[in-house]
Amino acid sequence: MTGRPRTLYEKIWDAHVVERRADGTCLIYIDRHLVHEVTSPQAFEGLRAAGRQVRRPDLTLAVADHNLPTTARRGPDGKPLPIADPRSAEQLAALEANVAEQGIRYIEPTDAAQGIVHVVGPEQGFTLPGTTVVCGDSHTAAHGAIGALAFGIGTSEVEHVLATQTLLLKPSRPMEVRAEGTLGFGVSPKDVILNIVGQLGAGGATGHVIEYRGDVFEKMSVEGRFTVANMSIEAGARSGIFAPDAAAVAYLEGRPMAPRGEEWDRLVAGWRELRTDEGAVFERSIRIDANDIAPSVTWGTSPQDVLPITGKVPHPDSFADADRRAAARKALDYMGLTPGMRLQDVTVEHIFIGSCTNSRIEDLRQAAEVVRGRKVSASIKQALVVPGSGLVKRQAEAEGLDRVFTQAGFEWREPGCSMCLAMNPDRVPARERCASTSNRNFVGRQGPGARTHLLSPAMAAAAAVTGRLADVRELMR
Amino acid sequence: MIPVRRIEGRAYPLGLANIDTDVIIGAEHLKTITRAGLGRHAFETIRRELGNVFADPRFEGAVILIGGDNFGCGSSREHAAWALLDMGIRAVIAPSFADIFAGNAFKNGIVTVALEPPAVQRLMDVASDNPIRIDLESMSVTTPAGDRFDFHLDPFRRSCLLDGLDEIALTLASEAAIRSYELRTGT
Repeated sequence: MTGRPRTLYEKIWDAHVVERRADGTCLIYIDRHLVHEVTSPQAFEGLRAAGRQVRRPDLTLAVADHNLPTTARRGPDGKPLPIADPRSAEQLAALEANVAEQGIRYIEPTDAAQGIVHVVGPEQGFTLPGTTVVCGDSHTAAHGAIGALAFGIGTSEVEHVLATQTLLLKPSRPMEVRAEGTLGFGVSPKDVILNIVGQLGAGGATGHVIEYRGDVFEKMSVEGRFTVANMSIEAGARSGIFAPDAAAVAYLEGRPMAPRGEEWDRLVAGWRELRTDEGAVFERSIRIDANDIAPSVTWGTSPQDVLPITGKVPHPDSFADADRRAAARKALDYMGLTPGMRLQDVTVEHIFIGSCTNSRIEDLRQAAEVVRGRKVSASIKQALVVPGSGLVKRQAEAEGLDRVFTQAGFEWREPGCSMCLAMNPDRVPARERCASTSNRNFVGRQGPGARTHLLSPAMAAAAAVTGRLADVRELMR
Repeated sequence: MIPVRRIEGRAYPLGLANIDTDVIIGAEHLKTITRAGLGRHAFETIRRELGNVFADPRFEGAVILIGGDNFGCGSSREHAAWALLDMGIRAVIAPSFADIFAGNAFKNGIVTVALEPPAVQRLMDVASDNPIRIDLESMSVTTPAGDRFDFHLDPFRRSCLLDGLDEIALTLASEAAIRSYELRTGT
């Protein structure tokens, strides 16, 4: 390559170009492909119809997560329990038949390592810094937390990767989100990314890959970085990425699928180059002052509809843009909220702590710290804690967190996507309200008519014990 | 893929910014192992609203959908494109599109036409009584009222649409380059 200073994104991109076409489209090699049950059956069907094979089953890892019920996976006799919903069962059966036929590594629902695909990938050391990672799921950018170039793809692209281990892509535009300052008491990585999405807007980063830079992200734990990178798509970004540092290396070292010995040392040495060069140009750059971020919550039906917990439900007329005014009116109607109402006066009936955004051990620790010694409010109908993987669950149990939650009145579940997306039995009924650590508050996302407020694990815990959207800082004093 | 040159017909003037793929097709309907039959579940929440464009007999059989900014944001589910296709939609016109949706639409031969907001607004108005015509060769949108709006399409995507090319077959022609990449990088 030339000596032109490059961004981290451009370095990973350049290292994966198989062929460059005259119009700028590149054939990009894909190092890691994660497959789940929902977006893959039609891809395998397409392969079969064309008489094609999976080119690199060894670079592919499958795990079911979206459809799986989060109740017990084995009966009293120790045998795996079937899924009651016949359509979910059929989708799981299709995945299992496809991976068996193509020789793809598969983590079964009853395996201790099973979990949400974006928790499992890094946890197993399958996804590594500097690799290109794809999955038929828009939250794939999560793997950017450890310095992978990771992005979500559709099912036709899943088929393309299965068949060729490549994708035909146009480069995205590099964008910098720089956060400086110190996060205040009770402020979490979730609050940081919600505020970034609020500032950029739901389509504000379309066509871009965000690199998260600045001392806030350098000091942030790797688990916090997963939360941030995960929600890059909520601002429309193709991907989000952090330069891999010592913390990322320490996170990955010794993971089951991570290389060992000399190969590991060689890789780690190479990862030192994975940072944006001095003088590299970002097409866009935004700055966030961390000192300004408060524990936050969404009020509407787009993740961009975010406010500090101390705020009030906005008046639709307060938006300058006509589209935004119309959208706010519809959103408030759907959410059953009145302009001017204090967010802290909004009562909730459901609590969901989980999802690929916030189901890792640190998330559970932060929620447990708030819950410890308290009870879930009597007004709460259901409060779920759904660990992101069996290994997270086991770790939490070793730390006694499960008892903190269950003694308070939470249900302690098996790993999966759960109440994030209404594809399995965990749902929020129509016109009921959920304080949720997931990533989307879209209309119907948690079930038809369900009302979602996105927030951090600690804030979800605060909502659980108070029965309303609450300022976690007041509980932690 | 079937070649696409021209799309002409009535258009649903839906509007609305940030139409997400959960709204296009709810998660409950993703529990399928085929691409077929999703159209009747498309836009379920909008179809429940009184006076929605999908219930309006003027737009019956529409082949174009006109949306707002950031159309198709959210989930990567290609089911959204399959649902649109199954309900007869061959093109979507909007001020901007989410990246993954635009890719999914393209792979299914659905043309995504990005136009400036005033042009989209004008087409929303015209669509209430008139058909709209999208021509891929001239890359223009025209109406019987004499409007003409030129649009840009990625040249690669345009030629794939015009020629109905199978992208996987195209890539497999680069097998030697893929193999040499794997050897060079030790992958």
